[in-house]
Amino acid sequence: MSESKKITVATTWLDGCSGCHMSLLDIDERLIELAQQVDIVYSPLVDGKHLPETVDVGIIEGSVSNEEDLAKAREFRRHCKYLISLGDCAVTGNVPAMRNLFPLDSVYDRAYQENVQHNPLRPNDGVPALLDVVKPVHAVVPVDLHVPGCPPSADTIWFVLSQLLEGRVPNPNEVTRFGA
Amino acid sequence: MIQTPTPNVRVVTFKIDDRDFSAREDETIIQVAWENGIRVPSLCYLEGLSVWGACRLCVVEIVGSPRLVSSCSTRVAEGMEIRTDSERLQAYRRMILELLFSERNHVCSVCVSNGHCELQNLAQQCGMDHVRVPYRNKVYQVDSSHDLFRVDHNRCVLCSRCIRVCDEIEGAHTWDSKGRGIDTQVITDLNRPWGESDSCTGCGKCVQVCPTGALVQQGTSVGEMHKDRKFLPYLSRMRDAQ
Ligand code: SF4
Ligand code: SF4
Repeated sequence: MSESKKITVATTWLDGCSGCHMSLLDIDERLIELAQQVDIVYSPLVDGKHLPETVDVGIIEGSVSNEEDLAKAREFRRHCKYLISLGDCAVTGNVPAMRNLFPLDSVYDRAYQENVQHNPLRPNDGVPALLDVVKPVHAVVPVDLHVPGCPPSADTIWFVLSQLLEGRVPNPNEVTRFGA
Repeated sequence: MIQTPTPNVRVVTFKIDDRDFSAREDETIIQVAWENGIRVPSLCYLEGLSVWGACRLCVVEIVGSPRLVSSCSTRVAEGMEIRTDSERLQAYRRMILELLFSERNHVCSVCVSNGHCELQNLAQQCGMDHVRVPYRNKVYQVDSSHDLFRVDHNRCVLCSRCIRVCDEIEGAHTWDSKGRGIDTQVITDLNRPWGESDSCTGCGKCVQVCPTGALVQQGTSVGEMHKDRKFLPYLSRMRDAQ
């Protein structure tokens, strides 16, 4: 198969633990099968530094918690024809969203002052500002497919990707759930 | 639910999802459905407790009627044609589940009931894979004052099973509710900490019937809370027989 016929895939992680990406790597030898059909053009797992103008499938892990997450989610939506929310953080907000129960000020204080012995100071440069409320990806851009799980198992990810490669719309609820 | 035989109860014939059934006319739609393997979803209905009809997940269509009825509180009748799984019903059930998830704080991945939760299972079963409405992110308390049990209001769906089992089976009526509408909350005694309750016998029935991770045993960590409600049909039969 020539390179140009391959389906292009981009992935990114927002506010998450990167476990969903680890789960993707956990599909083991099926990665070879995947590599024959798809080209991962942009991802924390590969070298490509720029998101191409058009990508067939975008996969987002993690919730939208700061300004950089928001910009990345919007960028992915602009460039990806089909956008997948992978894992509970992307789908529900999950653990990162637990800070929503506290005012943003006390979240900053906790992280940068209360527990810091040396020179406690809130960052005002070089670190993206936190958003008031942590949100799931679909709360900021339209998402085409939601894959719950913390993380979704390797088999779940393989099920979703192989169904898509066969031209079908997978129903992830057949194989996964919140918290799985 | 086990009922003491009443004389002169008629048997009626009706259809559920195009299948023919006959049952006693004092049986409810959900009883007949569940006895025959038709999985109408529900959160508040529990065999052995009184019927509540609050969660609305068990709504079904009756052919010829524009109104949806809750199958836990509607009896079968002669000639009835019942539909349990139309697209309209699926859409309503998904919406109810989304509202439940958005109302309080459910974080399944770190919940003691992860993997053994009726709400979580219903979401999967009913095709609810994300919540379209904004989360409320409202602060709810956890009361760990009881020696044996804990109540995490973040996970409560107000099904009232705890209230009913405590009142109807244990006879203690420790549980009740306060507030109205979205501000309703379950309480112990007159809204005192559970550990200070004079009426709680420590039997744990409420914990076992609670469908979610709201009522749990102390000392349980993520995914460790399994519920066992085998006692319920037995105890309710014994009470009925008295
Ligand atoms: S109570 Fe159930 S639905 Fe809620 S967080 Fe726990 S496992 Fe998830
Ligand atoms: S604590 Fe549990 S049993 Fe009681 S109303 Fe809430 S969800 Fe239902």
